[in-house]
Amino acid sequence: MSRKVLVVDDSASIRQMLEFTLKRASFDVDSAPEPTSALTMADRATYDLVITDVNMPGMDGYAFVEQMRKKSSYRFTPILMLTTESSQDQKVKGKQAGATGWLVKPFNPEQLVATIEKVLNR
Amino acid sequence: MSIDLSQFHQVFFEESLEGLDVMESALLNLDTENCDSETINEIFRAAHSIKGGSGTFGFSTVAEFTHVIETLLDQIRAGDRRIEPAHVELFLKSVDCIRQMIKSLEAGDAVEMSDANDLKSKFQAILDGKELAAAAPVPASTAPTAPASVSDTDAGSSGGAKTWHIYFKPDGDVLKTGNEPSRMFRELEDMGVATVVVDTADLPGIGVIDPETCYLKWNITLVADVEKAQIEEVFEWVIDEAELRIEEVAQVAVTENPEQNGAKPSSVKQSKVEPSDIVQTTVQSPVAEVSVSPAPSQAISAPAAKEPAAQAAPAAKKAEKNKTEVSSIRVGIDKVDSLINMVGELVITQSMLGELSRDFDISKLPKLLEGLEQLSQNTRELQESVMRIRMLPISFTFSRFPRLVHDLSKTMGKKIELKLLGEQTELDKTVMEKIGDPMVHLVRNSLDHGIEMPEDRIKAGKSDTGLITLNAYHQGGNIVIQIIDDGKGLDKEKILRKAVEKGLVGESDKLSDEQICDLIFKPGFSTADQVTDISGRGVGMDVVRRNIQELNGSVEVESFTGKGSTFTIRLPLTLAILDGQLVSAGEHTYILPLISIIESIQTNMDMVHRVAGGCDVLRLRSEYVPIIRLYDIFNIKPESYNLEESLLVVVEGDNMKVALVVDDLLAQQQVVIKSLEENYKRVEGVSGATILGDGTVALILDISGLIKLAGVRKDEYKKVKQGGDEAA
Repeated sequence: MSRKVLVVDDSASIRQMLEFTLKRASFDVDSAPEPTSALTMADRATYDLVITDVNMPGMDGYAFVEQMRKKSSYRFTPILMLTTESSQDQKVKGKQAGATGWLVKPFNPEQLVATIEKVLNR
Repeated sequence: MSIDLSQFHQVFFEESLEGLDVMESALLNLDTENCDSETINEIFRAAHSIKGGSGTFGFSTVAEFTHVIETLLDQIRAGDRRIEPAHVELFLKSVDCIRQMIKSLEAGDAVEMSDANDLKSKFQAILDGKELAAAAPVPASTAPTAPASVSDTDAGSSGGAKTWHIYFKPDGDVLKTGNEPSRMFRELEDMGVATVVVDTADLPGIGVIDPETCYLKWNITLVADVEKAQIEEVFEWVIDEAELRIEEVAQVAVTENPEQNGAKPSSVKQSKVEPSDIVQTTVQSPVAEVSVSPAPSQAISAPAAKEPAAQAAPAAKKAEKNKTEVSSIRVGIDKVDSLINMVGELVITQSMLGELSRDFDISKLPKLLEGLEQLSQNTRELQESVMRIRMLPISFTFSRFPRLVHDLSKTMGKKIELKLLGEQTELDKTVMEKIGDPMVHLVRNSLDHGIEMPEDRIKAGKSDTGLITLNAYHQGGNIVIQIIDDGKGLDKEKILRKAVEKGLVGESDKLSDEQICDLIFKPGFSTADQVTDISGRGVGMDVVRRNIQELNGSVEVESFTGKGSTFTIRLPLTLAILDGQLVSAGEHTYILPLISIIESIQTNMDMVHRVAGGCDVLRLRSEYVPIIRLYDIFNIKPESYNLEESLLVVVEGDNMKVALVVDDLLAQQQVVIKSLEENYKRVEGVSGATILGDGTVALILDISGLIKLAGVRKDEYKKVKQGGDEAA
């Protein structure tokens, strides 16, 4: 059974790129342009991995991760945050919110897949 | 697996341009005195997204430039720095600069960097001014710097395998962030030979154990050709929530003396084949810090290499690019949902009708009629839904004006406030694209000729700040856009004088205020004392009117001296559908745009006068209107040549009224416009065609084209009019 990934990013290009890349790597991918709908989607399906942007209108990535961790089915699910540069501050905040780790933009598709494969125990 | 990132470029360009619009309008709304953090956040987010995207898609020039802006914005956002008006101006210039960069990239042209570099150094100066510049040089490192990282790897591999001892004791909560220690161990295994020994000493009794807490710690021996930093990378996500010690046991390469490090003898064999493995794994294992990891991947280097290539051969690139350029629109999911809903209903109706037809007899006629009624309703709703997909809020057009007004009022030394109303009013995308330029012209005109200088306003007893209002609303299937200023109003005397001078009206003509105002839309009319940079660009109001008429719309002006002017544009909501009046002439059916019809009358010969030149005019109250016989123009045989038996449809086009002679008025209906040019060729007097319910093709008449064809041009019309006066 292919593994399901949920992508949350307000940027359509990044979202499409992630979706395309992950689908090619035979993941099942759903995406949401903002956290609120992602939270609803997370209830409707079970995702094996969640990737979220940090800066989004409305709810930011940290708050989103916090909300996700409150859901019993996502307590241990890997959640990766997309950050720009290796800002220590962002990482610490991400961790405090309950994120598993981070992916630093700009990234290239191959590296992304490699990282995700690792996280998902292939 | 190599992925061609260029397929996402178009989306990136579009969203970046949208982001820039957001930045621009937020900047214009920003009150530097009383700075609203959400506005700053909005600006920051837009810049941040552009930076992230441009980095990812290999547009390093944009990424680097945006980074400097973002750094300053971040400081402002964090409250480390106050935003000053000078910053806003600089940010606005940067928005222009990035927009230019994006457009160049989109067109495949070389990116002009001189403005960017200039702005960058200004930003840098601001950043340096408070010694907060530390973050600024980062762009170089965030940009994909494959070569540097590769050399790191080389340095590492030349050293041969090392033995590391790792002590790893994660916090109890490590599992709750989704971090699996086993994943990290697997990664270490990928690097070389790892021996992982678990220490269960802290594991409590079964009665008190919390299954979600991690009580374990590990001792790992890793024999691999890696540096300490690479091992740290594996633990990067948990490094702050764990006790981690990484020590090199011995410098000696394992292959020479494996036992010394306590590695199992069997590992000797493995370590021999390792160098190639290591190269491979370091390439594949960026772990987390993807941007600095040594991955000479094609995907990221390819777009990066494209930029210099584009500079070398912009023309070739452009040609290639043009092929792939597709314009797209974003559609709200609710619109798509309603469409799907509609189609669902249509399918139900269709199956119902299908069911009926199977063994139809006359007793089922009412049912059939009901079904057909249902079908027509479904079709209508479906049509509306499909049309709605192309509809965008007019804010897309309005959004360019705050900047325009901001910049122009600055150059002119006027104080102007811009008010936008009805921004959510929706309009077809194609209409929207074409209405932008005429609107810019009208707004410039209001700014330049309408609003007075502050001192003149005060003298006139008004506030020194002028007000320009853009208003949009729907009215009976049309969109109405108004440009209202509270300036000095049109100088009617001057307009009249000028019109007489130019021979547009006779000296003795008595014109109503309305008619005088309308003169400004006549070709060759300009009253500007001085051609200014703002509105005097050789494009007159006549062009504005013509452009709007090409969209089947109209524009008129109302003005009160000293109080201001209001320009009102009326446009159909879409260019694809027309509200038409079907008329018959002989055997043929034609369609007149409903918007151009003023009235339809049955005439008697008393009202018709023949004037010099063989033209008939209709006396319509105080006006004389030339009569155009459709059957003459299209060379067809009418039902009757007698005007009293025909109908006269008074229509307006090209700033004049004419009366069309038709046999009969048929139904009024919405028709879908099919281009004649695309399917056949351009025909004078006809703007398109449509297919009627019975399958016949009907031509849609173009009023101004008909006027041209009929030869009742304005100069002749004037003669006609004067003749008419005499006749009266």
